[in-house]
Amino acid sequence: MEHKKRAEITSQPGFLGQALTAAGTAIAAPSLLNQATIAKEASQSNPGEINVKLTVNGEQQTLDLEPRVTLLDALRDRLGLVGSKKGCDHGQCGACTVLIDGERVYSCLTLAVMQEDKAIVTIEGLANGDTLHPVQAAFIDNDGFQCGYCTPGQICASVALLDEVKRGCASVVTPDLASPPQLAELSEAEIKERLSGNLCRCSAYNGIVAAVQQVTGQKPPSPAAVMVNEPQEMLR
Amino acid sequence: MNNFTYARATSVKDAVERATNDQNAILIAGGTNLVDRLKVFLDEPSQLIDISRLEMKRIERTSEGGLSLGALVTNTAVADHPDVRRDYPILSRAILSGASQQIRNMATVGGNLLQRTRCPYYYDTAFPCNKRQPGSGCPAATGINRMHAILGASDQCVAVQPSDMCVPLAALDAVVVVEGPKGKRQIPLTDFHRLPGNTPQRDTNLEPGELITSVVLPPVPFAKSGVYLKLRDRTSYAFALVSVAAAVDLAGEQIQNVRLAMGGVAHKPWRSKEAEKFLIGKSANTATFQQAAEIALLEAKPLTHNSFKVDLAKRAIRRALTVSAKGGGVV
Repeated sequence: MEHKKRAEITSQPGFLGQALTAAGTAIAAPSLLNQATIAKEASQSNPGEINVKLTVNGEQQTLDLEPRVTLLDALRDRLGLVGSKKGCDHGQCGACTVLIDGERVYSCLTLAVMQEDKAIVTIEGLANGDTLHPVQAAFIDNDGFQCGYCTPGQICASVALLDEVKRGCASVVTPDLASPPQLAELSEAEIKERLSGNLCRCSAYNGIVAAVQQVTGQKPPSPAAVMVNEPQEMLR
Repeated sequence: MNNFTYARATSVKDAVERATNDQNAILIAGGTNLVDRLKVFLDEPSQLIDISRLEMKRIERTSEGGLSLGALVTNTAVADHPDVRRDYPILSRAILSGASQQIRNMATVGGNLLQRTRCPYYYDTAFPCNKRQPGSGCPAATGINRMHAILGASDQCVAVQPSDMCVPLAALDAVVVVEGPKGKRQIPLTDFHRLPGNTPQRDTNLEPGELITSVVLPPVPFAKSGVYLKLRDRTSYAFALVSVAAAVDLAGEQIQNVRLAMGGVAHKPWRSKEAEKFLIGKSANTATFQQAAEIALLEAKPLTHNSFKVDLAKRAIRRALTVSAKGGGVV
């Protein structure tokens, strides 16, 4: 398994750059590299590395990592899971959002070494084979993306949002903390607040809100209706 | 970030011993602020001591009828706990107003108290900063200081403590329980954070090797009608320009008891006991609340770009007290 993953990631320039720098070797074409040699040299030249076991999308992965490697960098550069995006790298944009033990977190703000024995799910782990997760399908149906860079984080956040509502989690705009909204009555204001940790600079927000409405069983308004309604909502 | 060694603490005692033996070590739990600081070389520890797996994750009733929040309970778990929602909605709402769900899922009670200022001059190592390097200077004092303190600052530092959670904790008379090489002790939340004075590098009164194990909320029945009003540049996911935690206990029209604290205005959560003293026994009306707001901001010393905060804070206090007197809820 480990070997297979290492072989897969030879196509990732980020990983190669890092491994080669760490090993102190000259840049070479990926096809010429002996993976076993890279791994061995890397660990020899980095006595600070420790063995880390991560469970990602249901598969156990074993990596030698310096403790300072963030979960995001481990996912992207070492496991080749480049769906999670590095936007700000400071926990402000949400593009790196993944699920850890079912809860959404910023993978850029946590260290990989701290995530042993936890179930990590990335955008790559949401679909069931060729069948998209309902949230993924809803994003397509409602055009919840433009450039798409933020989309994996938005989708992971939306998947978590649904679960949070089912568990009765409140938000700062929930009028009565004693009775948080059910999925079918989740308002636009709630959806917007609950997704405010994910920024989209293309501002595909209306499509994203509509996608969440669709998966909660509500009828998404047309984008034009959303734009007309917004000022009224803010005046309340 | 610089590299460091990593150790997983097996108990509170183990964490205290490790932190005492290596003064260049830093404890990590949620890490939402610390990892960010590590990335820009604000902290360069020799070792990270991971305390995230220790047993400090419970919310329990105290014998006094209050609540004890374990230091490792996440912000989300505090805000959504049924007892917190019912008895201390002011705390739930303050936490929910802070950061984003992703941050709140990782951030812990103890870490929230220990987060450091977001003063841009502190964050940018191209600038001098007395908090980073004592004696190097404070460019914020004469620079872009729109976000900075209007109360309790010194000529050494004008940064603000950024927490939302700490503001109702100050209003509720919460107590921070810590454990260190000399044993356990309790610190009132209002004495936990420090004013900058001549030592702005020290945010809190924690001693070397000490860690927070829990935060205890005493019973405050009228906290049920408490409100948290947060004013910021955008309606979500931003730090407060000014925030107010207020709770009013009425008997008819007369104020029996009251709590008032502000965030975003000082180097620590700012409890205004003078305004509280003025309010007790008075009739709950706009004029009274306005006078209390004037008293709370009497000592304000605004900087070049943040004089707006003085008026903003007064209006926020008036509104928060008014809404609390009417029973609380969303401000």
